[in-house]
Amino acid sequence: MSETGRNPIDFPMALLAELTHRCPLQCPYCSNPVELEQAGRELDTGTWLRVIEEAAELGALQIHFSGGEPTVRKDLEEMVARARDVGLYSNLITAGVLLDEDRVGRLVDSGLDHVQLSFQDSEATGAERIGGYPDAQKKKLRFAGWVRAAGLPLTLNLVVHRQNLDHLPQLIELAVELGAQRAEIAHVQYYGWAFRNRAALMPTREQLERATATVEEARERLKGRLVLDYVVPDYYARRPKSCMGGWGRRFLNVSPAGKVLPCHAAETITGLRFDSVTERSLADIWQHSEAFEIYRGTDWMPEPCRSCERREIDWGGCRCQAFAITGEAGATDPACALSPFHDQLVALAEADSGADCRDFVYRRFANVVRRNTPMPAK
Amino acid sequence: MAGRITISEESVPRLPPGVKLRHDKARDQWLVQAPERVFVPDPIALEVIRRCNGEASVGAIVDDLAKTFQAPREVILGDVTEMLQDLADKAVMTA
Repeated sequence: MSETGRNPIDFPMALLAELTHRCPLQCPYCSNPVELEQAGRELDTGTWLRVIEEAAELGALQIHFSGGEPTVRKDLEEMVARARDVGLYSNLITAGVLLDEDRVGRLVDSGLDHVQLSFQDSEATGAERIGGYPDAQKKKLRFAGWVRAAGLPLTLNLVVHRQNLDHLPQLIELAVELGAQRAEIAHVQYYGWAFRNRAALMPTREQLERATATVEEARERLKGRLVLDYVVPDYYARRPKSCMGGWGRRFLNVSPAGKVLPCHAAETITGLRFDSVTERSLADIWQHSEAFEIYRGTDWMPEPCRSCERREIDWGGCRCQAFAITGEAGATDPACALSPFHDQLVALAEADSGADCRDFVYRRFANVVRRNTPMPAK
Repeated sequence: MAGRITISEESVPRLPPGVKLRHDKARDQWLVQAPERVFVPDPIALEVIRRCNGEASVGAIVDDLAKTFQAPREVILGDVTEMLQDLADKAVMTA
């Protein structure tokens, strides 16, 4: 049996519904744009319900309710129920600190299929410093219990970086103890908030090598009990990751205000114009919007990507990373050793990993900046 | 926390909570939906998965397949056990 990711399909696989940028946590590596959307600009319930229907008609199979913290929206149950009615597999991506047991029950009754719960660290002090939210750990542990008691499958989302990587074995153990079926261990991706915080987050090469060995050992030991997904960072690699499975190939992201993006970080690329679900249908945007067309497939690629034998494997890597490092979203991803900026990326990673910096710029409205200024190219 | 599931002839396999077999109209294809994953079963896998209803044992499923497809039972038993074990290790099957 094959996963569909290995066979090209002209339909999107999944809709990432970013219902809001409001969140009680303030993780310094948040994937939201550094210009956060205010609550007053969020789409209303009716528009979201229409977007959910349009996504199913377009051929999407799954919907991820995300944010910000999606449970701040009181109408989440209504959206989950609509996703069920139109046959979308629904996934709630949450910090788990705002719900009580009744609300978990209501979400289950509405047809929720799966929960992804974040943990910032294995022990409370570190976790609550990273997330900037007191008492989070206790609430998360309680929430995980309610999810499991309700019979819902649980995945732990573990974003790892220099300040929690040494606790990776304990984080994996936590997933086992909580009865999770899966844990997704993802190294921080450096754009948006994480780009601002890279000196406090970037792991050392040694940490990375240890983490990879830990995951490999745990995979073998926990085979058939816990599935471990591991998103390997590519700044110390020789070839880029297949970001989003290729631009405009598998995912649609709808922002809180209704902008349709090929990936959740796409707004970090200044100069791209994104269409809104308030003006065009989802299908029209998926098929024709300029922001989707511009880096879809392989025609846009410069050399050495264009003639590379891996062009339909990694689809040119990450456009946001290319923009953040080179100032050109259409440039070869600097994670690739063939990019003229590769040495600069590695040097930056090594310098940041050795930085004597533990303090974060927390992700909060007070720290919002107007523009994510790309790093100078030289 | 339960240990690893081992599939034998006596196991009674079923899809775990959060895993669904469904026909997708847009693609005209049977799909297995799982957390953040979608699998496309080949025609043989589909015949097996459809029979994993939480009532029939692996042995009974193999009997049925041997009859339906006029194939040697022991070959089918080996293939089906291996397939279900692989699916169980990926958390898309339980027993």
